[in-house]
Amino acid sequence: MLSPVIVLPAMLNGLMAGAVYALVALGLTLIYGVLHIINFAHGALLTAAMFAAFFAFTLLGIDPYLAAVFLTPLFFGLGYALQRFVIGPVAHGDDRNFLLVTLGLAVAIENALLYFFRADTRTINLSYAFDVIAIGPAFIAVPRIVAFGAVIAVAMALWMMMRWTDTGKAIRAVAKEKLGAELCGINVAHIYAVTFGLGTACVAVAACLLIPTYYVNPTAGEAFVLIAFTIVVLGGMGSIAGALIGGLVVGVVESFSSIFLGESLGQIGIFIMFIAVLLARPSGLFGVRP
Amino acid sequence: MKTYWSIIFVVALLATVPFVTTSNVLLNFLVATLLIALVGQGWNLLGGYGGQYSFGQAAFFGTAAYATAVLQMQYGINAWLGLFAGMFAGALVGAVIGVLCFRSGLRGSYFSLVTLAFAEVLRVISTVAPITGGGVGTLIKLDLRPEAFQFQSRAPFYWIVLTLVALSLVVVRATENTRFGAYLVAVRENEDAASALGINAFAVKLAAMTISAAITAAAGCFYAQYFLFVDAAIAYGPWISIDALLAPIVGGAGTLFGSLLGAFVIKILGEATKFAAGDAPGLDLVIYGLLLVAVVGLAPRGIAGVAAKIIQQYFREGAPAGRDYA
Repeated sequence: MLSPVIVLPAMLNGLMAGAVYALVALGLTLIYGVLHIINFAHGALLTAAMFAAFFAFTLLGIDPYLAAVFLTPLFFGLGYALQRFVIGPVAHGDDRNFLLVTLGLAVAIENALLYFFRADTRTINLSYAFDVIAIGPAFIAVPRIVAFGAVIAVAMALWMMMRWTDTGKAIRAVAKEKLGAELCGINVAHIYAVTFGLGTACVAVAACLLIPTYYVNPTAGEAFVLIAFTIVVLGGMGSIAGALIGGLVVGVVESFSSIFLGESLGQIGIFIMFIAVLLARPSGLFGVRP
Repeated sequence: MKTYWSIIFVVALLATVPFVTTSNVLLNFLVATLLIALVGQGWNLLGGYGGQYSFGQAAFFGTAAYATAVLQMQYGINAWLGLFAGMFAGALVGAVIGVLCFRSGLRGSYFSLVTLAFAEVLRVISTVAPITGGGVGTLIKLDLRPEAFQFQSRAPFYWIVLTLVALSLVVVRATENTRFGAYLVAVRENEDAASALGINAFAVKLAAMTISAAITAAAGCFYAQYFLFVDAAIAYGPWISIDALLAPIVGGAGTLFGSLLGAFVIKILGEATKFAAGDAPGLDLVIYGLLLVAVVGLAPRGIAGVAAKIIQQYFREGAPAGRDYA
């Protein structure tokens, strides 16, 4: 059963799928690391971005990869506005309120999409969607390789931004010591909103990378949320490197558990890993104890 | 010592409804509302009084619904016994999840996430496990005899769910009146301080979670008997977990009648939306989502909190407005 002909493709496909998971998780972990809140609306925003990419292609004929160029800033703005004008003021800084507000937003966004676009599952047809590249015994779809490369690039860009730009430094300062940062003249509400915007922008990129090979319906993003939570917990809340590595690990685990347990039970492996990690080591592999 | 008169009054008032009207539409609506109130009351005990926000009440609801359906269909067990077996099964699931979570010290958002994950795991398992009927679900055979917990008319169902709601109200009021309730609220307000004062926070939270699961489980059993059908999307679907927290939060989390009040508000809102916009899917839930955001932002203590503030201001003109609970 464990011949390399099965293992290698499963491994590579898992890594490719894991890269997109990692990107979704990256947004989540960024928001968690700075605002210390769990953003339940993340999956709904991903679905919204997937719909945006879908209609950009079907109505305007814009290639999803090209659409990322304008969808990313658009969703950055959306995320910024959501945090600055809705989530922040409504939650009064209470942890549990953040949970409820983002849950409320998730329900509202998802069902607004359901109301407007109905429950139909939609896909797009791209000329290159089924192109494959052979790596040893494995055949990997080209869009998945593009996605893998793009995710690595985005993660690097984010890491460099956090490291070297003034905004990145301000974000790190707020994450470490909110009051201290505020006393140094950093506008915390603004930085919070920027972080939320960055997290939402990650989701927009992920949506554009997903749509060539995936489908979209009003609950499409939901499938990714719990996976993303798992990754964030696995990699350590707030850790960029953790999200990247955690994403790849989860992709591989899912790939292998669908081989051994069957397609419908494939996700069970992820959930069980999620619960096990949370119970055994809530700080994750790279994080610090909450 | 808080009295039980308000519960007696409210329940007696609601109990007269079937004498006033025989409209099946109205009774159906009230049964659905009371069902949500019951699910929500389970959440309220753990979340409202104990501060542990479960996002996975569906785990208890679904387990109980499946337990009562499967026990009847596959093992020929009486439906009334099924009700107790279902509640026991739900409470057991609650206790197990509780032990796992609280042993490893999960708090706040972590607790919410794990409860959500458990509900999802159970949902996925129930779509493939043969005993639950897999993706097809389990049908309960039509057997319109009171001994089989099935009735010709809606009224007996209504009184039964009302009885369950009444019992849940009594349980919560009794909790308020005992030391256990005081411990629970202390844990909600500040777990570390409560522990420092000698409260066994683990035991208190675990007890609250088990009772909470049993209350929500009762609703699951009733659901199975009322609709005679259970499948994975109904039993473990996220909708039940969302309604479970929405009702008490809208009504007033941590108040006796919060869940009942909230259930009426969200159900009436839902029906009004359907009436206004036709049977378009999703719009009622859009309203629910925005309502949740609005309540958290504008009235963190729900309708009960707003009402208390107004009454206080009305009776004590000039006195400082009620404590700020935000």
